[in-house]
Amino acid sequence: MNRLQDVLKTARAENRAVLIGYLPAGFPTVDGSIDAMRAMVEGGCDVIEVGLPYSDPAMDGPVIQAAADQALARGTSTPDVIRAAGAVADTGAAALIMSYWNPIEHYGVDRFASELAAVGGSGVITPDLIPEEAGPWIEATDKHDIGRVFLVAPSSTPERIALTAAACSGFVYAGAVMGVTGARDQVGHAARDLVERTKQATGQPVCVGLGVSTGDQAAEIAAYADGVIVGSAFVRRLLDNRDPRRGVDAVRELAAELAEGVRRGSKAR
Amino acid sequence: MTDPRAEIISAYAATAAMPDDTGHFPTDNALFGGRFMPEALMAVLKELTEAYEVSKTDPAFHQEFADLLLHYANRPSLLTEAHNLSARVGARILLKREDLNHTGSHKINNVLGQALLAKRMGKTRVIAETGAGQHGVATATAAALLGLDCVVYMGAEDTRRQALNVARMRMLGAEVVPVAIGSQTLKDAINEALRDWVASADTTYYALGTAAGPHPFPAMVRDFARVIGVEARRQTLELTGGLPDAVCACVGGGSNAIGMFHAFVPDESVRLYGFEAGGSGVASGLHAASITGGSVGVLHGTRTYLLQDQYGQTQESHSISAGLDYPAVGPEHAYLHATGRGRYEPVDDAEAMDAFRALCETEGIIPAIESAHALAGALRIAPQLAAELGREPVIVVNLSGRGDKDMHTAAAYFGVDFIDNGHSEGGEQ
Repeated sequence: MNRLQDVLKTARAENRAVLIGYLPAGFPTVDGSIDAMRAMVEGGCDVIEVGLPYSDPAMDGPVIQAAADQALARGTSTPDVIRAAGAVADTGAAALIMSYWNPIEHYGVDRFASELAAVGGSGVITPDLIPEEAGPWIEATDKHDIGRVFLVAPSSTPERIALTAAACSGFVYAGAVMGVTGARDQVGHAARDLVERTKQATGQPVCVGLGVSTGDQAAEIAAYADGVIVGSAFVRRLLDNRDPRRGVDAVRELAAELAEGVRRGSKAR
Repeated sequence: MTDPRAEIISAYAATAAMPDDTGHFPTDNALFGGRFMPEALMAVLKELTEAYEVSKTDPAFHQEFADLLLHYANRPSLLTEAHNLSARVGARILLKREDLNHTGSHKINNVLGQALLAKRMGKTRVIAETGAGQHGVATATAAALLGLDCVVYMGAEDTRRQALNVARMRMLGAEVVPVAIGSQTLKDAINEALRDWVASADTTYYALGTAAGPHPFPAMVRDFARVIGVEARRQTLELTGGLPDAVCACVGGGSNAIGMFHAFVPDESVRLYGFEAGGSGVASGLHAASITGGSVGVLHGTRTYLLQDQYGQTQESHSISAGLDYPAVGPEHAYLHATGRGRYEPVDDAEAMDAFRALCETEGIIPAIESAHALAGALRIAPQLAAELGREPVIVVNLSGRGDKDMHTAAAYFGVDFIDNGHSEGGEQ
């Protein structure tokens, strides 16, 4: 069992949802992003999604686009992202990489999975890869014991939910809304409905992301989902606090607020 | 006599072996095509695939599509023999006049088909990306005709290069959204259109402008454009008594090229030449020649050749032609290249602009700069083919669009001012 599965199992035993925080590697710098991710763990994140900045982030809203642009402009590379994942794993949290597909395919699926495993990483989220296109990736991740996370969406049919969940190893990522990443005032009912539909299809944990930014939203989702995923809100804290130390403090505070929300919500189950 | 209506319908309804039923173009080295898109879009892609497949065999759709192409878009388009240019290069150069279509380019064929599908799917809003603005103008036109709301995403850099087309789209009632992120060109406009679509797919149809993107777009866009090659093949037979020795088209995403090539693929004697935008030269790194100067990867939902760095980050493309300024190519061109059926060569900015001027001055036709790349390639291969065949070769060139939109670029390139401000001789009082 890898770290990700371990973290999810422990949380399930404690009858609580996990908190998953996202930050792109290389923003504001590679080392700066590692400092921020460590602070997210200190604040209460159980799992960190290390974003691989990509030139064409068609599923990201303006906040994550801006961070990815800056990271790429500074020359952040795939090995930098894997190094950041290793630094997260060293804290004891589960380290995942979130990446659009082409950088993984171009790096080599086996090389990517093996290098991530070698630094202690335990999973990869691929938002623009569907299981039907993932043959070599499924083989490589199985071989290196790397969790695979595919997404389901409010528009997914029961057949596609079943197919997608069956291809996941780790958890299923339920996109709460139809749209790109970015904080929203309301996460809405679609998420709850999607989690219920996904749980009918799989025994795997189902975690909810897209649009979550506050402790209250985290609490609402933790009442029915196995995990709460927060991305843009963390990036926003770094964008708004250009002094690196203040930025790190701000993400730690946000992580603490979200972690409190997750625990509060989990009690309402 | 060929019935043009029957020709349009048979061009669209024809079945093809590729892509396979999973949307792939398999070769020994790579599985091109496919559907690399978020799960959130899978439902609408399935809905679109079903609508497309039904339309291929639906007589009512065939009639509607043919009516629009015949009586609105001005099909069939002419095949004009370029006698003056032909004499220069020792070849018979035949121009397929897609520039004479309504809205001024081949784009209207695809857009009218997709807009009809959008209506059938019950969508009320259509979105599109555009580079040179020709696809945006065509989409705005079809939306105006068929009563759909229209939003066009266009790179901010391109809105400056193609200001006339921005004005046309707005006059047609479309909202034009300049995209000021990334390289501010076509690829970023596609990203922004995808961001819109993933949140709006219930009501919105995405009219992709080229034969790229996730399945079924490469096949569907090809089929709507396929009439170009079907007509050109028949017209060449009528004019010369035989098939051409080569057909030439410019390749950005590659919709005009696949529309021209597809009917000729089974004709083994006909060479298929795709001319990519060589920009400042492939060796300079400043180009848009995805096949010649790129490698296999995934961009905008499909596996194909693209310009990318060692970590799979898309590299910016460069071309004097906004419509070819795209760092990837449709997957069927990747397939034709990998299987050796198609030949793809770069044409740099200078060579294209020489051909642009030559066509203006010898034939009285102002081509789009995109199309000038195809013409330049034809002029390049004419002596090679003549030597190889030992006779005057017959070369069909897809003149995919007209050059009105390019007057500012051409004036700047040639260092002349075409605009008479009242200070030069001959001005009327």
